[in-house]
Amino acid sequence: MAIPKVEELRVSVASEPNMFTGAVPKADWQDTFTEFKEGNFAYPAKPEMVEYHGFPNSRIWSPDEDDWKLPDGWEKIILDGLKERLGKFRSLKLYMDICVRCGACADKCHFFLGTGDPKNMPVLRAELLRSVYRNEYSVGRKVLSKMLGNRPMTVKVLKEWFMYSYQCTECRRCSVFCPYGIDTAEITMMMRELLHLVGVGINWILEPAANSNRTGNHMGLQPHTFKQNIEFLVDDVKDITGIDVTPTFNRKGAEVLFITPSADVFAEPGIFTFMGYLLLFKHIGLDYTLSTYASEGGNFGLFTNNELMKKLNGKMYAEAERLGVKWILGGECGHMWRVLHQYMDTMNGPADFLEVPKSPITGTVFKNAASTKMVHISEFTADLIKHNKLKLDPKRNAHRVPTFHDSCNPARAMGLLDEPRYILDAVVPKWHEMNENCIREKTFCCGSGTGLNTGEIMELRMRSGLPRANAVQDVHEKYGVNCLANVCAIDRATLQPLMEYWIPPTGDDPMATTDVNVIGLSELVGNALVMDGEIENRDQGLRFEELVTDDTEG
Amino acid sequence: MYDKGKVLIGLAIFVIAALSIVGYNATMGDVDSFRTDGKPGPEKPVGHDKCVKETAYMQTSHMVLLNEWRDEVIREGKRELVETVGGEMVEKSLQNGCMGCHISKVKFCDRCHDYTNVKPYCWDCHLAPVEAPASKEAH
Amino acid sequence: MKVLRPIIAVLLLIVVGGLLGMSHGTQMLAGVILPSIAFLVFIVGFIRKVLDWSKSPVPFKIPTTCGQAKSLDFIKADRFDCPDSKSDVIVRMFLEVFLFRSLFRNTKAEMHDGPKITYGPNLWLWLFGILFHYSFLTIVIRHMRLFTEPVLPGLGFLEYIDGFVQIGAPVLYQSDLIFLGCVTALFIRRLIAPQVKYISLGSDYFPLALIFAIGTTGMMMRHLFRVDVTAIKQLTLGIVTLDWTVPANIHPIFFIHVVLVSTLMMYFPFSKLMHMGGIFFSPTRNMTNDTRAVRHINPWNDPNIKPHSYAGYEDEFREFMVDADIPVDKPLPPKAEEPAEEAKED
Repeated sequence: MAIPKVEELRVSVASEPNMFTGAVPKADWQDTFTEFKEGNFAYPAKPEMVEYHGFPNSRIWSPDEDDWKLPDGWEKIILDGLKERLGKFRSLKLYMDICVRCGACADKCHFFLGTGDPKNMPVLRAELLRSVYRNEYSVGRKVLSKMLGNRPMTVKVLKEWFMYSYQCTECRRCSVFCPYGIDTAEITMMMRELLHLVGVGINWILEPAANSNRTGNHMGLQPHTFKQNIEFLVDDVKDITGIDVTPTFNRKGAEVLFITPSADVFAEPGIFTFMGYLLLFKHIGLDYTLSTYASEGGNFGLFTNNELMKKLNGKMYAEAERLGVKWILGGECGHMWRVLHQYMDTMNGPADFLEVPKSPITGTVFKNAASTKMVHISEFTADLIKHNKLKLDPKRNAHRVPTFHDSCNPARAMGLLDEPRYILDAVVPKWHEMNENCIREKTFCCGSGTGLNTGEIMELRMRSGLPRANAVQDVHEKYGVNCLANVCAIDRATLQPLMEYWIPPTGDDPMATTDVNVIGLSELVGNALVMDGEIENRDQGLRFEELVTDDTEG
Repeated sequence: MYDKGKVLIGLAIFVIAALSIVGYNATMGDVDSFRTDGKPGPEKPVGHDKCVKETAYMQTSHMVLLNEWRDEVIREGKRELVETVGGEMVEKSLQNGCMGCHISKVKFCDRCHDYTNVKPYCWDCHLAPVEAPASKEAH
Repeated sequence: MKVLRPIIAVLLLIVVGGLLGMSHGTQMLAGVILPSIAFLVFIVGFIRKVLDWSKSPVPFKIPTTCGQAKSLDFIKADRFDCPDSKSDVIVRMFLEVFLFRSLFRNTKAEMHDGPKITYGPNLWLWLFGILFHYSFLTIVIRHMRLFTEPVLPGLGFLEYIDGFVQIGAPVLYQSDLIFLGCVTALFIRRLIAPQVKYISLGSDYFPLALIFAIGTTGMMMRHLFRVDVTAIKQLTLGIVTLDWTVPANIHPIFFIHVVLVSTLMMYFPFSKLMHMGGIFFSPTRNMTNDTRAVRHINPWNDPNIKPHSYAGYEDEFREFMVDADIPVDKPLPPKAEEPAEEAKED
C-alpha cells in the first residue's frame, strides 16, 4: 500500500474521527475486530528464520488471511506459556493485577497520538492480555466474567495481540506517567514471547537476529565486508581531514573493545557518526580494537524473547574475554543500551575477566559501570571534554543548529540525559531544546523502534513518529533548527525518513531531502575536533558538506 | 530476585497496623468501661424527670436543639421560655436552662461525649459549671 | 450496562443491609458477624495476594528512569526520579505513595489542525485522586473512635481539625464532603471523558459506586438520622474485643453502612484495589538504577544459553578473515585440499 502524501496525512491525522480527535467508537473494544490489510502489519517471519532460531511452529502464513494456520492446541500453548511467565516475571503478575484503568497513560503513547486507535492506549494494549489473564485467574471469573471484562483465549484475541504488540515500541513513556509504574514494555515483551510460541513473529526482527547470530551483525556483513566498509570510511576521513585514522580489528591485547550498532558501518547517516568515533579515538590516541565477531551493538533478541536476547548479547563478553581487553566502550544506540544497562550483567555476567573501566586519558574511573564494565560513548566523551582533553572548534558546526532527541531507552531505562547535552554545548555554537513535554524522560519515540523500522508499515511509522516530528517542526519554525542530534542508530535510520516526510525541504538546494537532517552526536564531535596534522583550512564537514568559514559567517 | 525479607517486613507492618486496634484495647484499654453492660450512663438529674423533648430525641438530637436555641437567642433575640414535656417552664439557655437540672458537665455531658470522642464547641464560649463536691480541696 | 449493573448491585446490597437491619434478630449477622468475617477476608486475602506476587522473582532490574542518572561527578544526578541508592529509592517510593508523584506529571495531549499536538498540564486526576485517598484515610482513622476505649490519643485533635469550619450540629467534617465530592468526580470522569469511558469496566464502576454509597450512608447516619452513637460504639467495640453484642434501637441505616463496608473489605483483595499493596512492588519504581555498578541476580538465568561461539564463527569465515588481514586464532590449513569448500558461504 502506498503511503499517503504528506498533505493528505496532515489533514487526516487531525480531522479523521478517532479516539484521539474526540470521536468515540460505537462498539466496545471487546467487540471490535482487528482488520489486517497490506500496509498495517509487518510481514511474518519466513519459516527458515523461525527454524534458524529453533522457535517452534514455523510455517508460511499471512496476517491478512483468515486462517493463520495455528498449531493444534495453540490455546493451551499460549496459556501454559502465560503461566510459566507469570511465575518468572513479578512485573507481569503485578501489572496484570493492579491497573485501575485511570487512563493517565492513554494519551502518552505515540502510536495512540498518531493513529487514534483506542487499542493503542497503553491501558487497552495491556487489557488485551489482562482480559485473558483474568479469565484464567481472577476470583469470581465464573460468575462475574462480564463485569470483570474477561475474555477467553480466541483467535480474535491472538490477532489483536499480534497487531498491537507490534504497534508498541517498548519505549516506556507510559510507564513514566503511570501512578504504579506499570510498564507496557513488559507486557508487550510478554505478548511477543507468547506469540513466538505459536510461530507468530515478524521477519524484520527474526532475520536480523539470525544474521547477528551468525555473522555478528544485523546486515549479515561478513568479516571482510565489515572491515572493507570501515576502510571506506577511513578513506573519507582522510580525504576530509587529511588524517589517517586506521583502526584495528580483532586485535588481542588492546585496552578497549569498541562495539557500536552495525548500522553505523554501512548506512547514512550512521556512517558519519562512525567517522566521528574514528576521529575521536585518533585524537586521544585510544588503544582500542573493533571486532568483526561482536560487530553488532544492537540486539533484536530484546524484541523477541529473553533467551534470544541473552544469546546475542553473550558475544560481547565472549569477545572481550578472548581479546583480553580491559573494558568495553559502547557506541550510540538506544535499545542496545537498554540491554547493556539493565540486562547484560544479569544475563551474561559477571565479567570478572575485565577491569573496572578507567579512562586512559583522564584517569576517570567509571564507577557507575564497575560491574558491567561497559561505558557509553557519551559518558566517555563528556569526561574528556570536562578534562579539556579535546581540542574543539564548535564553529565547524556553525552550519548546524541542532535540537536533541532523547532516545527512549537511554532516557527511560538508563537516565542518560545530560551527558549528550554537555557534549552538545561544547561542540556546536548553539542548539535548542524541544517542548519540555517531548524531551528527557518524556521524550517521544522515533515511532519505529523494537524492530518496526520496516518499509511495509511506512504509514504507521509516519503516524507513530508524528509526535516527535511535530515537536521538531516546532523548533525548526521557531529557531531555525536544521538538524536533529541523537545517540541512537535506529533513530538515525528512522528519524531521517520521518523528517523527510513531515518536514520536506523548502530551500533552494535540489539535493536536500528535508529541512532537518538527522545526525549522530559523535558526528558533531568528530566534525568539531581540531586534529594534529590535519589539512590546513579544512573546509569540508564529515559529509563533504561545505563548512561555514569565518569569512562567510554572517 | 525475591526480596523475601522486605516483603515479610511489609506484610508485618500491614498486619500490625490492621490489628493494632485490638492490641490497643487489650493493653492500654480501659477494659471494664466498655463491657456490654458498661455503656456509659450519664447521671440523671435529681428531682427532674422530664426534659424539653422526649429522652430518645434528646439522646440523639440535643445538638440540633442547642444549635437552634443558640441561633434564636443570640442572633434573633428570641429569649422566651420553653416548656418541658412535664409542663415546667425553663430558660432557653445552656447554662441557665439545661445545666439548671443537669448540674454536672462531668457526670452528664462528658460521660457520652468522652466515650464517643465528640468534642462540642459549647464550651468554647460557655463557662462550664463549677463541679461541686468532686474534689476534696473545694471549699 | 457496565455502569448500570454495578449501581444495581450496590442498590441490592443496600436493600439487603436494610432488611437485615430491620429486625434485632438479624442485626447480629449484618452488624457483627459479617464485618468480622469481612475483615478476616480482607487481611488474609491481602496477605495471600502479596505472597503470590512475591513468589515470582524480579529477574531483571528495570527501573523507569525519570531523571538524570548518577554517572560522572560533574553531571548533576536527579536522585529521586532516578535513584542510585536504597535511600534514594525510599524517597522515590515515599513521593509515589504519599504524593502520587508520577500522576502529578500528567499532561493532556490535544490534536489541532496543522497537525499540531499540544500538551497541557492536567492535574485534575491527581487532585481528585489524592484528595480522595487522603480523605478516605482521614475517615478511616476517625472511625477508630468507635473501636478504642479510651479513644486513641490524637483522634480528638483530628476531629477538631476535620470539623474546623464548624458548620451545623453535629459538625460537618470537611473530609466527608471532599470524599463524596471526589468519588462523584471520579465517577463522572469515567462517564464523560471519552477515553476513560471507553476503557472502563464494570469492575471500575463498582468500587466507586460502593464507596459512594458507604460515604452517603455514613453521612446520613450522622446528619439525617442522628443514630445513637453510644449504642453503636458498644457494638463496634464489642467486635474488636470479641464481646459480641447488639444493643437495642440502632437505626437500620447503620446496618446498611456496615454491609456495604463489609462488601468493600471482601472485594478488596480480589480486585484492582490491591494497587494499595501493589504500588510497593512495582519494579519500575522500587529499584535502584545501578545495574551497571552492582550485578543483579536472576534466579532462573539459564547458563546453557551461549552465544554462537567465536570458534564456530572463525571456522565459517577463516579464509575471508585471513584474506582481509583480520587476525585469526587458528591458521588456515595448508593449501592443498579440493576447492569444494567454497560452496559453504551464503
